[in-house]
Amino acid sequence: MRILERLKRGRKPSSGKVAKERLRLVLAHDRAHISPGLLDTLKDEIISVISRHIDIDADNVQVTISQSARESRLVADIPLLHGQRRRKGA
Amino acid sequence: MAARVFTVTSGKGGVGKTTLAANLGVALAMNGNRVIVIDADVGLRNLDMMLGLENRIVYDLVDAIEGRCRLRQALVHDKRLSELFLLPAAQTRDKSAVTPDDMVRICDQLQGQYDYILIDSPAGIEQGFRYAVAPADEVLIVTNPEIAAVRDADRVVGLIEAEEKGPARLIVNRVRPDMVRRGEMLDIADVVELLAIDLVGIVPEEADILVSANQGKPLAFSPDGCLAGQAFHNIARRLQGEDVPFLTLREQGVLGRIISFVRSGGD
Repeated sequence: MRILERLKRGRKPSSGKVAKERLRLVLAHDRAHISPGLLDTLKDEIISVISRHIDIDADNVQVTISQSARESRLVADIPLLHGQRRRKGA
Repeated sequence: MAARVFTVTSGKGGVGKTTLAANLGVALAMNGNRVIVIDADVGLRNLDMMLGLENRIVYDLVDAIEGRCRLRQALVHDKRLSELFLLPAAQTRDKSAVTPDDMVRICDQLQGQYDYILIDSPAGIEQGFRYAVAPADEVLIVTNPEIAAVRDADRVVGLIEAEEKGPARLIVNRVRPDMVRRGEMLDIADVVELLAIDLVGIVPEEADILVSANQGKPLAFSPDGCLAGQAFHNIARRLQGEDVPFLTLREQGVLGRIISFVRSGGD
């Protein structure tokens, strides 16, 4: 999606905008005291817990920190495979 | 009337804290307020030079704290303005000579004699920052539209909130409208959005600021025809509670546009 946007704009984003995006990410991590490494660990463990109960598309799981004003939240976006539930005891 | 205590801090060094403290002190005093500026950067004293008062220092902050002089003896009166005083930092000591309680006690002793107490904090987030913020009624965070300065400012915003001294207010210093126009610098709206605190001032980068520092005569003494000088006066008036619109920079036009954008977007 980002590539499409880039093509539409037809040129590289300005260094000012690059600075803003880099800061947005790093401030989210700084504020939450969550390093990118810890986020990866959380993601792996979330995948393993959820997959014990339901089929998920593990390759496309996204765990991010979102910010609004000065509030941070951990957001896990977990695509389900066919939306089906695995049968218990099967 | 109780003095209002403002601490100017930033996290990162070199963003213009001392210049801002000197100019705000001058601007507030020119408006008829009784003002004392305290240099809290023990060991790296500079506010005295910014104000051109370096040859008049007899005692300093640490002398007053440790009882080698009375507090009144350590104050340096700026003779250019009847209402401006400096409490200089010690140059031959370090930050461990002062505690947060010391600073609170010093400010308590100054209460009743001044309208405004401005504390120029050292850079960093260690002891010096802690004692500089301890007596503050309000904290002013200075930053530049530059990644390291914004990141460090964000750390400080968090620490101020944790100390229950918040919400801090923001001053964006060293703005270069030409670079912002070309998209080569974070614009004010970006910085305000990222840090999510209220903006109280925008100061453009100007060669005159360095010239005034060379001469020990802050730009705020003669703000006419100089945007940075006017910006300092506007910040002072906002701190006094006036509702002052952000400068429209006719000469350049660009900062004005940025400012209009901030005002339309951010209230």
